[in-house]
Amino acid sequence: MKDNPFSLWVYLSQSPLLWLTVTLLVYASTDAVSLATRRHPLANPVLHAMWIVGAFLLLTGTSYTTYFAGAQFVHFLLGPATVALAVPLYENRKRVVPSIVPMLVALVAGSVTAVVSVVLLAELAGLPRDVVLSLAPKSVTAGVAMGIAESLHADPSVTAVAVILTGIMGAIIVTPLMNRTGITDFRARGFAAGLAAHGIGTARAFQVDEIAGVFSGIAMSLNALVTSFLVPLAVTLLVR
Amino acid sequence: MLASLGLILLCQLIGEAVVRSLGLPVPGPVLGLLLLLILLLARDRFALLARGPLRDDGVETASKGLLAHLSPLFVPAGVGVVQKLDLLASHGIAIILVLALSVVVTLLATVFTFSLVSRLLRQQDVR
Repeated sequence: MKDNPFSLWVYLSQSPLLWLTVTLLVYASTDAVSLATRRHPLANPVLHAMWIVGAFLLLTGTSYTTYFAGAQFVHFLLGPATVALAVPLYENRKRVVPSIVPMLVALVAGSVTAVVSVVLLAELAGLPRDVVLSLAPKSVTAGVAMGIAESLHADPSVTAVAVILTGIMGAIIVTPLMNRTGITDFRARGFAAGLAAHGIGTARAFQVDEIAGVFSGIAMSLNALVTSFLVPLAVTLLVR
Repeated sequence: MLASLGLILLCQLIGEAVVRSLGLPVPGPVLGLLLLLILLLARDRFALLARGPLRDDGVETASKGLLAHLSPLFVPAGVGVVQKLDLLASHGIAIILVLALSVVVTLLATVFTFSLVSRLLRQQDVR
């Protein structure tokens, strides 16, 4: 980069300002497209923002580390956004409390299915052992999943990609899939979205229905707790 | 608005501090969520707490603002895929199929369990 004649570019490409601007503007446009297609699942704004920004980095020869130095300000807000889930939970507490039993049973069934299915399928597909370990926590929110991967000595950056891909695929598939099951209970549908597809599923659920969003947020938080315990156990039992 | 954001950050900060110092396997922000929930519930009991961000929907408005923009927060981590193009080239299709199948199975297992248990309970209530 040093012999680049465009010194303005050299300066800007190393500053957080450029990459923060790119992230927000690209997302704003993919979100506008999503809105124009009336939130069509395949117009998922995260998916399209991801590859557009990724392609831009590759074309300009920018490293992910340089990009992340700017984009981390957006990434950081994932933590406060998790805390903020307390508010919809609080406001809908009268609907949440009577559903506590189905929620806890579905939580156990869903968490176990998420971890066991991905480990078994990955072994069946003949993926290398370290990839299998990195995929195991893919249904929980990025920060937590990466922590779990670290404790297993797996590769947290593979986990981050698996988490985002899972979230996007879950968000794309959840509405058509749920319509096929004929289940119209938005508590159940939202809970499944948050459990299987964490924050991206929750963002999708809030687009569809407020109650679905609330239950999705609860599922996402609870699953982060359960999966932290479950993954080490499942890995010991299932991974050769 | 500023005080409300400060309160949200404070909840997360306490959450992280407790998790780190006690070595809990819980993510800090999840503990922060519980803390904010307890604060909101306590505010309804004790008028003394209803001040600053806990008054006039302060923290409620700030939280809803954050949650309305949840999706873009995943973009930076997602762009990390550019570091893993070699892995995607060698195992990409298998990984995507595995993740897709697993997410479908997980969605179905969760939604069926939830609605089955909820229906069983309601039947018991009627009897």
